[in-house]
Amino acid sequence: MSDKIIEMKNVNKWFGDFQVLKDVNLEVNQKQKIVVCGPSGSGKSTLIRCINRLEEHQKGTIIVDGNELTEDTKNIEKIRAEVGMVFQQFNLFPHLSILDNCTLAPIWVKKMPKKQAEEMATKQLEKVQIVDQAKKFPGQLSGGQQQRAAIARALCMEPKIMLFDEPTSALDPEMIKEVLDAMVNLAKGGMTMIVVTHEMGFAKEVADEVIFMDEGMIVERAATKEFFANPKSDRTKLFLSQIL
Amino acid sequence: MSKINLLKPDKQNLSTYLYSGSFLFFIAIFDVFLSSFFGINITSFLPNSISFLLPLILGIVGLHLIRIEFSGIKNLDLLNKNINTSTFNAVLTLLIIFTVIKSIPPIMSWFIIDANIAGDTKEACTGSGACWTYIKIWLNRFIYGMYPNELQWRINISFILLIALAFVGLIPSEKIKKFLTLYYVVIYPIIAFILIYYLISGGSLGLEWVETGAWGGLSLTFIVSFFCLIFCFPVGMFLALGRRSELPTLRYISVGFIEFWRGVPLITVLFMSSVMFPMFLPEDFFMDKLVRVIIAISLFEAAYVAEVIRGGLQALPRGQYDAAKSLGMGYWKMHIFVILPQALKLVIPGIANTFLALVKDTPLIFVVGLLEIVGMLNLAKTNPKWLGFAMEGYVFAAIIFWIICYAMSRYSYNLELKYKTER
Ligand SMILES: Nc1ncnc2c1ncn2[C@@H]1O[C@H](COP(=O)(O)OP(=O)(O)O)[C@@H](O)[C@H]1O
Ligand SMILES: [Mg+2]
Repeated sequence: MSDKIIEMKNVNKWFGDFQVLKDVNLEVNQKQKIVVCGPSGSGKSTLIRCINRLEEHQKGTIIVDGNELTEDTKNIEKIRAEVGMVFQQFNLFPHLSILDNCTLAPIWVKKMPKKQAEEMATKQLEKVQIVDQAKKFPGQLSGGQQQRAAIARALCMEPKIMLFDEPTSALDPEMIKEVLDAMVNLAKGGMTMIVVTHEMGFAKEVADEVIFMDEGMIVERAATKEFFANPKSDRTKLFLSQIL
Repeated sequence: MSKINLLKPDKQNLSTYLYSGSFLFFIAIFDVFLSSFFGINITSFLPNSISFLLPLILGIVGLHLIRIEFSGIKNLDLLNKNINTSTFNAVLTLLIIFTVIKSIPPIMSWFIIDANIAGDTKEACTGSGACWTYIKIWLNRFIYGMYPNELQWRINISFILLIALAFVGLIPSEKIKKFLTLYYVVIYPIIAFILIYYLISGGSLGLEWVETGAWGGLSLTFIVSFFCLIFCFPVGMFLALGRRSELPTLRYISVGFIEFWRGVPLITVLFMSSVMFPMFLPEDFFMDKLVRVIIAISLFEAAYVAEVIRGGLQALPRGQYDAAKSLGMGYWKMHIFVILPQALKLVIPGIANTFLALVKDTPLIFVVGLLEIVGMLNLAKTNPKWLGFAMEGYVFAAIIFWIICYAMSRYSYNLELKYKTER
């Protein structure tokens, strides 16, 4: 039995009066791959943004790799450095080349020597097959290339956990596959992953478990095969019938 | 050959229309040209009012005749599309051309033809144009103020050194490039201060002390502008960050500071810096007038710079903050490496605007008795030996300021181009 790396207990979060997360409980073991799906506005992004504290929760506990996230967590930067995140809008730094995007955080956050950081960046860019674009700027790349660069950038920090927030939703259809391929490879390498996506093919291929969220609650959580073959709640069935 | 319809020029008789139209147009221009440059009126046989309006009428008819759609002649089509689209536009075009032609001779004669530059007294100026003798005689004062003549080499050397040191950034060495920001933001200003303190001010190292009250003219304009630009930028940047901070105290202090300085006129700030400020200081504490003025202007302009930079910070998408944070960067690393480089790039035009305004505000330091170039002009024009040349002085100052500001504005365009990245 591998140990828990993420533990969320009765997590509640409000934006003003509006409750986005309602009593969310989630445990993730090392090397587990979890896909989160659910209708738009159901709180999926908020949920995973709470894991690296891009959003603060108001009630409940979140423990990441043994550290509880609270208001006075002094080492929040250290925890964030261990949790990589890939965004829907890529969010590459447009004023830096792809290589500099990848080396910036290793050099300044992890104090890695420049040469070593560049070797690491080259290695990660090779893995996502855009090492030939390293000298270019984000604006000169296609959407699919940008998202793969964003994955490489996150991996350069050698994170223990990777969070993906709808990584393919902003892409043209013909570019989705190249990004998913990179993610599949990452999964095969044994990374702990939480992926918010509607790509059910990807979920079937790599996910250990699938979570369905609606209105800020985890409605259903099941092993992947079970989830697709035998969804229990009506809302899950309705949702699956709409997107499959 | 088809029938010629004068009201509707068409392509069939292209050359007929083109030749007659251009002929009339050039006659009109020629008539204005002759009367403007040589005072000859070739249509003096006509009644006065008609003679006066004739060039306009000829021009309108001429432009009407060449207004042929799709003539196939590239330049003609271009002309018709841009400045000859309708009779109204033709009139505007003609009036602008006439105004330019009419105003060249008087300007030329004031500046050059009837102007004087020889001699060295007021009496040498006999022409009806400008008296550049006045500028020539006073030039030394306009540049150095009351700084003693025999010591002016100290100003010259300081400025030459500073200009030379400003070009360090052009050395194409990777080793030096790494430290350029540090050099320009910290080291260069310190060198400038040391040069000005020891060389221009003097008082040690065997150099005679020259009090700041004697400094003046263009060199003072440069000194004040230089230090104010250098100080107001970082202060403004911290105010902008403070105004967006999550710490309420810091935020309120920044807002209060910005709103205070933006709410008072610069002239009162300067006045207070020299009259009220010393009252709050201990008796034996002395701060030079020039230093006080530089601090006052810097704080004043910092408030404007802060708001300009805040605009840039707000223009950045939230995703940039998210991405930087998710990579483990703290507040300062995130701002230094990710946020500020992008925000500052966006606000180069706004910053340039503020800086130009600052340079043009420096003459106001006359209220505390410091006379930069415009102050020296005002002083010189009241000199009994040189009464009546205010115009020359102000034109001279306008030209100097224009050159400085134009150079700055070109520089900011270059920066913009240099840092342009595709989004
Ligand atoms: N910063 C915010 N301020 C206020 N409301 C927000 C904010 N971010 C998200 N919300 C709201 O919270 C709800 C959940 O958002 P989100 O987690 O982005 O959903 P999902 O990713 O599942 O589409 C939505 O109704 C959204 O409008
Ligand atoms: Mg979302």
